Amino acid sequence: MATDVKDEPQPVRPNIWNDARARAVFLQIIMVILVVAGFAYIADNAITNLRRLNISTGFGFLGTTASFDIGFTLISYSAASTYGRAFLVGLLNTLFISSIGVVLATILGFTVGVLRLSNNWLISKLMGAYVEIMRNIPLLLQIFFWYFVIINTVPGPRGSLALPLGVMLNNRGLYSPDPTFLPGFSATPIVLILAIIGSIILHRWSRKRQEATGQHFPSILTGLGMIVCLPVIAFLVTGKPVSWTFPELRGFNLQGGVQLPPEFVALLMALVIYSSAFIGEIVRAGILAVSKGQTEAAYSLGLKPSFTLRLVIIPQALRIIVPPLTSQYLNLTKNSSLAAAVGYPDLVHIFAGTTLNQTGQAIEIIFITMMVYLTISLSISAFMNWYNQRVALVER
Amino acid sequence: MKKLNILAAGAAFTFAAVGAAQAQTSPTLEATKQRGQVNCIVSEATAGFSSPDDKGVWRGIDVDVCRAVSSAIFGSPDKVKFIPTTSKVRFTALQSGEGDILSRNTTWTLVRDVNLGFEFTGVTFYDGQGFMVRKSLGVKSAKELDGASVCVSTGTTTELNLADYFRANNMKYNGVVIEGADAIIKAYESGRCDVYTTDKSGLAGDRTKLSAPDEHMILPETISKEPLGPSVRHGDQAWGDIVRWVQYAMIEAEEYGVTSANVDDLKANSTNPVHRRLLGVEGDLGKMLGLSNDWAYNVIKQVGNYGESYERNVGPSTRVNIPREGSPNALWTKGGLIYAIPVR
Repeated sequence: MATDVKDEPQPVRPNIWNDARARAVFLQIIMVILVVAGFAYIADNAITNLRRLNISTGFGFLGTTASFDIGFTLISYSAASTYGRAFLVGLLNTLFISSIGVVLATILGFTVGVLRLSNNWLISKLMGAYVEIMRNIPLLLQIFFWYFVIINTVPGPRGSLALPLGVMLNNRGLYSPDPTFLPGFSATPIVLILAIIGSIILHRWSRKRQEATGQHFPSILTGLGMIVCLPVIAFLVTGKPVSWTFPELRGFNLQGGVQLPPEFVALLMALVIYSSAFIGEIVRAGILAVSKGQTEAAYSLGLKPSFTLRLVIIPQALRIIVPPLTSQYLNLTKNSSLAAAVGYPDLVHIFAGTTLNQTGQAIEIIFITMMVYLTISLSISAFMNWYNQRVALVER
Repeated sequence: MKKLNILAAGAAFTFAAVGAAQAQTSPTLEATKQRGQVNCIVSEATAGFSSPDDKGVWRGIDVDVCRAVSSAIFGSPDKVKFIPTTSKVRFTALQSGEGDILSRNTTWTLVRDVNLGFEFTGVTFYDGQGFMVRKSLGVKSAKELDGASVCVSTGTTTELNLADYFRANNMKYNGVVIEGADAIIKAYESGRCDVYTTDKSGLAGDRTKLSAPDEHMILPETISKEPLGPSVRHGDQAWGDIVRWVQYAMIEAEEYGVTSANVDDLKANSTNPVHRRLLGVEGDLGKMLGLSNDWAYNVIKQVGNYGESYERNVGPSTRVNIPREGSPNALWTKGGLIYAIPVR
C-alpha cells in the first residue's frame, strides 16, 4: 500500500502519517494483529493450563468406547459404540425433533395467526389468550409441565390405552406397530415418486394453460388426489406386502413396535406450542401489514375471498412474515437443547452432557457442539433467505 | 519425594533454629487465606452427604470435609462458601478454579484421577450402586430386571455401571437419563420408570424424599464399587496434602478415642504421644502443612471425628439410616475399611 503511494508522481506528497488512507490501513493492521494475538494468548493459556493440570486434549476421544446407553436412537447404537457414534445419535435426535417441531409449529402458528384475525369474537379472543399465555411462560417450565402431565396422567404399561390402528399409549411412550416390508413392497414408493413427478408436471401445464387461455384447472386438488390414491392402489394391487409387529406387554414394558418416549412428546409439545404463539403473532402482523386497499381491489375485480387470500394477501404478507419466521425456526432449534431437563437424548444431553462428563474434555466438546448449532442455524438461515428472495416483492 | 522434601526442609529449619518449621507453599492455600473462605463444590441436595437443612445450613459427610478444612485453616468451621452443582458441571467447576475442593459424593476412578486432572485425597464413604423398585412389582433380585425402564441421572459412573451390568448379564433395559436429582426422582415416583438406580447411600437418602417410602425397596445386589471422596486440582500437591491429612486426622481421632467432647481434656492432660502429636502439643505437624499447630484440635473440636460426622449425618439415628456396623465404613479395627495413614 505504501509503495503505491510512493510510486504515484505526486509533486506535493503528504507525509505518510498525514495520509488518511495509509493511516486507516495501518490502524486496521494493528487491530487485526491485536485480535489475533488476543485469541492466540487465550488459546495458548488454555493449552498450557490443560497440560499443567494433566487434562488430555485433542479429538482422539471420539474413537473411544462410550460405554453408556441411550434410550432413544434413530440409528443402531449400543454401549459398545464409540463417542463419535453417540455424537451422531445426539445430532440426529436434535435434527429429528427440530424438523418435526418446525413443521408443526408453522402449521399451528399460521392457524393461530389467521384465527386471531377472525371476525368471530370468541375465536379471536381465545387465540389472543393462547398467544399471551404461551409466549409469556418460560419454555423450560412448559417442558416440565407437559412432561409431568404426561407421565402422571397416562396409565402405566400394564394399563396401556389401546388406540385405533394398533397404537398403544402408556407413560413409557406412544407405541405404534412396526412395519416389516415384504418383497413386492417396492412398487408402492416407486408409484408414489411417479405420482409426485406427475402432479408437478400437471401443475406446470395448468399454469401455462391458464396464462395462455385464462382457463383454470384444479391442479392442486388433482395432484393431491394422485399422490394419495395411486400409491394406495399400487399397495392393494401388490397384495398388501407389509407385515406388522404389534406392541405387546412382556415383562415390565410393551415390547415390539416403534416407541416414541414421553420425553420426546413433552419436549415436542412444549416447543411447538411455545413457538406457535410467536409465529401466530408474526403471521398476524404480516397479514395486517397488507393494506386494506389490496383486498378491496381484489374484490372489485370479482375474486372470491379464498382466492383473494391465496393470490393477493398471502403472497404479499409472506415477504413480511419470512424474515422473522426464520428467527423463530432458529429459536426452536436452539431451544431443543433444553432436552436435558426431561432426558430426551439430544445433542446437548448426550454429547455436551454425558460425553463431556465421562471424558472431561470440555473445550473440544463445547466447541464441536457450538459448531454444530452454528451450522444448523446457518443452513436454516440460508434456506429461508433463498425462500425469502423468491417471495420478495419483485420491483419492475 | 515430596514428603522427603517436607521432612528435609522441616529438619533443616529446626536445626537452623529459625523457630518455625518451613511450610510447603500452596497457591490455593494462599488464595483461600486471602479470600477468607474455602470454596467447596457440593451437590444440590443429597441427604446425608451435602444438603441444606431447614435453616439453610449445609450439612452432610461431604460438607463436613470442607468444614474441617475450614477449621484447620481458619479455626472456624463456617468460613466455607458452598457451591451447589449438578453432577454434570461439578468437574468443570473444579477444573476451572471456581471451587478448590470437590466434595460431592464423587467416585474415585482412574480416569477421573488421571485424565480429568484431579487428585483424590481419600475415601470418605465406601459405596456401591444398587437398585430401588416398587414393592408391588414383586421383583426380588436385580437379575429379574430384563426389559425394565431405568431412571438414572446423567454424567455419572452410575450410568456406565448400569450399562455394564445389563450388558454383562445379557439383559435389556430402557434408560431414562435426566439431569438434576429432583426431576429424576419425580419421574421414578410418577411411574415413568420401574427402577431407580444410584449409589446405595443415595438410594437410602432419596427414598426418604418419596411420598410413601415404605412402598419402595432397595434390591440386595450391589453392582459396583463406589469409593466416594473429595478431590482437588492436580498440580497443587500442598493443597491436596492439607485436605488429605485433615481427613486422616478425623479418622485417627476416632481410632484413638478423641471426640469433640473430650478433646480439650485430652489436649491438656493426655500423655499418649499419639494424642499429643495430633492435638499439636508435641511436634510441628501443622506448620509442615502450612497451618497452625492446633489444626487437628480445631477440626475435632469444631467438626468432630470421623465417627461423629458419620453418626450425625448418615447413621442409624438419621433419616438416611445407613448402619455402620459390619459395613465397609466401619473402622479397620472393627472389620471395616476406614483406615488412617499415621498422622506423625
